Amino acid sequence: MDFKALGLMAGIEIHQQLDTKEKLFCHCPTTLRETEEHTGEFFRYLHATVSEMGEVDRAAAEEMMNRRQFCYFAYDTTCLVENDEEPPAPMNPEALAIALQVAKTFAMHPVEQVHTMRKLVIDGSNTSGFQRTAMVAMGGVLPGDGEVETICLEEEAAQRVEGSTFSLDRLGIPLVEITTSPCMHTPEAVQETARYIGMVLRSTGRVKRGLGTIRQDVNISIKDGARVEIKGVQELDLIAEVVRREVTRQVTLLSIRDELRARNASVGEETHDVTALFAGTKSSILKRAKSILAVVLPGFAGLVGREVQPGRRFGTEISDYVKKCGLGGIFHTDELPAYGVTADEVAMLRAHLGAADEDAIILISGSKEKAACGAKQVRHRARLAFEGVPEETRKMLEGGNTAYMRPLPGAARMYPETDVLPVTITEERWAAVEVPELLADLARRMEDELGLDPAVARQAAYSEHLPLFRAAVQAGIKPNLAARTVLATLKELSRDGVAVENVADQDVLAILTAVEAGEVAKEVIPELLTEVAEGKTAAAAVAEHAGGVSAEELAAIVAKIVAERIEFVRDKQMHALGPLMGVVMEEVRGKVDGKKVSEALRIEISRVI
Amino acid sequence: MSTYMTGDIVAASCRGHPVEGIYITDRDGMAVLKLKSGYNIGVDEETCTLVRRAGEQPAPAVPAVVQDERLPELAIISTGGTIASKIDYRTGAVTSQFTADDILRAVPGLTTVARYRAEVLATILSENMTPSTWQALARAAHAAIRDGAEGVIVTHGTDTMAYSASALSFMLDTPAPVVFVGSQRSADRPSSDNVMNAMCAAAAARSDLGEVAVAMHATTNDDTCTVHRGTRVRKMHTSRRDAFQSHEMAPIATVAYPSLAVDLSPEAVRRGSAEPALRADLEERCGLLYFYPGMPEEAVRVYEDFKGLVIAGTGLGHVRSACIGALREMVDAGTTVVMTSQCLHGRVCDRVYDTGRDLLAAGVVEGEDMLPETALTKLMWVLGNVDDAEEARRLMATDLKGEIRRRSDYGF
Repeated sequence: MDFKALGLMAGIEIHQQLDTKEKLFCHCPTTLRETEEHTGEFFRYLHATVSEMGEVDRAAAEEMMNRRQFCYFAYDTTCLVENDEEPPAPMNPEALAIALQVAKTFAMHPVEQVHTMRKLVIDGSNTSGFQRTAMVAMGGVLPGDGEVETICLEEEAAQRVEGSTFSLDRLGIPLVEITTSPCMHTPEAVQETARYIGMVLRSTGRVKRGLGTIRQDVNISIKDGARVEIKGVQELDLIAEVVRREVTRQVTLLSIRDELRARNASVGEETHDVTALFAGTKSSILKRAKSILAVVLPGFAGLVGREVQPGRRFGTEISDYVKKCGLGGIFHTDELPAYGVTADEVAMLRAHLGAADEDAIILISGSKEKAACGAKQVRHRARLAFEGVPEETRKMLEGGNTAYMRPLPGAARMYPETDVLPVTITEERWAAVEVPELLADLARRMEDELGLDPAVARQAAYSEHLPLFRAAVQAGIKPNLAARTVLATLKELSRDGVAVENVADQDVLAILTAVEAGEVAKEVIPELLTEVAEGKTAAAAVAEHAGGVSAEELAAIVAKIVAERIEFVRDKQMHALGPLMGVVMEEVRGKVDGKKVSEALRIEISRVI
Repeated sequence: MSTYMTGDIVAASCRGHPVEGIYITDRDGMAVLKLKSGYNIGVDEETCTLVRRAGEQPAPAVPAVVQDERLPELAIISTGGTIASKIDYRTGAVTSQFTADDILRAVPGLTTVARYRAEVLATILSENMTPSTWQALARAAHAAIRDGAEGVIVTHGTDTMAYSASALSFMLDTPAPVVFVGSQRSADRPSSDNVMNAMCAAAAARSDLGEVAVAMHATTNDDTCTVHRGTRVRKMHTSRRDAFQSHEMAPIATVAYPSLAVDLSPEAVRRGSAEPALRADLEERCGLLYFYPGMPEEAVRVYEDFKGLVIAGTGLGHVRSACIGALREMVDAGTTVVMTSQCLHGRVCDRVYDTGRDLLAAGVVEGEDMLPETALTKLMWVLGNVDDAEEARRLMATDLKGEIRRRSDYGF
């Protein structure tokens, strides 16, 4: 696809959790919990309210179609602010400082007076029904001709446990939202920009790491298409594919639009009750339904079944809208007979509704109320097809497809958070903000200064264990040994089921220092770390393995082992060194450095052959 | 004064970055602009230039409130407070601006419970209430009941709602429920408790209840409201939804949400038990003194000219010996002094310790198990209606509206 010719415009919003001690508007720790640890739960309803400008936001209005009861899990690490039962504390200065640092790294202009706003979100993910957010800086630069439009400091939403149940541990964790302008024109550019911004964020050393701590929203439109916001892309490597698939969707929807117009298609105004028609049906879904409704779409035949994304049809798009009414989906004549609905039933349905072959019929089944709501949604979505691409907020599906979530919200959903006073960013404060060294630069520098291999240097710079690596080098540990232990050994042990989370940074440093001082051999590091993970102190573990093998003792051990295998040695000559290494190492149980063992063996073997 | 008006479109520079937005207000010497994205920011007003004056804003379309004539009629008396609050986007403060009709618009479900006549008595935050507001409230409630309302809903700020409810309990004999209701979280937030509290209050107001009460969230859940007796209720938390608690008795009713099923307790006074009567006189020169260790005698003497004084004393109802002389002189000079306890739960007994006996000897009235605030509104009412000091003392020790219980039940 020629994305430039299609007029692809894409921008991204990156949401990154900050690693602060406390939450953004209360003094709770930013600790994530296991849901089974919850110490209380409560439930609430949310109601759409009129905004500052006197309107109800369209996205909020749609969420209100179903009044839902939301359940919340509370913990001993959450408080009344998360419960929406206490006014917020002043904005966390630590979080603001990190946001300012990021802003300065992108050469942005800080806002002189930061105002906290309430952004209406009534899907249950915020107990209050809004998310607190504040614009901190504007107008930053990206490599190439990209532009960072804004950086906002926001509170994280509560995490969905399942259905309408949410967990309050995540609610209120500070995050920065970095929004670019729609300055990208290829899927790869979007992915690269996201990668770059992620690197800048990690360069502060003050962001949370791990799955779910960074999320990308992608805004995409093509010429004649419409802006679509895809929420919550967690995997960086999928971004380009998400963009490609959205472009495909928009191109297909535009072709459907053109064909509908050419066919002079329309949307039937009437909803037909066809419950009686299916009285004897074998379809288990229709048999269960209290009410079966039909909407005729004249001129739509063949288009409802057209694929818009791999495995998703225009009919799936309609179905997504119908799900808002609490229904499972729809049947349509482009896919029938199927799902237990027979060809005879379809023919009878067409005859009953007077529908021609070029017309499509959509069936909606469920309770009376839900089916009526569904029929309304079918007509709504079908009408939108004549305009082409509706402006929407969509959610990521596996593999890079997307599904409808809600209409794009407008500015009407934003009003001031009057419980939080504005914060002034003085010239002095801004001047004092330090720009961190970018990890990309740090990797190059470590390569030069520490003599690390480029790949290792890059791995060290981008690792979440960078502080430990730096501390080790600072303490005089050889960079390669430090890198190997911090970046590889710990990970390998963890993979083998060792509880490395029990090993404190000081323990790692103590072990490495003992190795560097020659107290223990470096081969024993995994063993030492495992023992510490199991509860031993680093000092005790080192003492157990340290010393006891002098040069003379080593020579004696080597001589004994060589003597026992004298035939083998004579046979293999110097090639016996390799196999005998393991035997000696086993004997000295890591108390001697491998290099010394190898040297002693070489001397002894040369002596006997 | 700013040269700009709310709604003006202005261009400005934010530390060198050009911005354009709607001028909202002046805050701490900076111009607050609403950007197109909906975000507000503060910028140096010196950098602002006018792009376009605010056009005539069309008044937002206000949907008409449609009432169901077949439903019983309730009166809504609005006094302000959080339940009827709206953000003032210029000052950023939450103020009470709603009319009672606005409440029906904000809580559309109310019109399925009853039809309403609405009256705005005041639009004030509850800390600005005075005894004269209570009097106006009592008159309005009395008039509504006399004119045939099946019940009265009073929307009120929660901070002093318990004072108003107890004051009305004494001023009013009512055959119909007078239900106070408020909200702890402002009406402009989707999570406001105003919807559920208002619906439950309406259900209580058309129920078989026949006394002054307060209806608020029972727990932090949106599932039940409790209805508390006006003389027995207290706000026990600054911000939680279930801040209101009945003291020394179980709530007089519960209302389930969203079913609105009302369950009255055996103790609840039933509809029609009294003829409507209004005695709205109050003696405003009454005070409430919270005793603390080391309180100087002068602190007591501040109230010398007062007609009545309620003391929230320690434990069983004590103040230090050094204050008793002043109290004796006040009683001798005609002030009615009533002792209650800071413990809130339990009964005053000044016959156990020496200081208590000295207080009794000085002429202080034991306030039994009355809440200090209830004792205050009662004292205002008693002294407003009775001239004889002995009769006033007798009434203060007598249960008039459920404020005193003869027995201290086990279990509350």
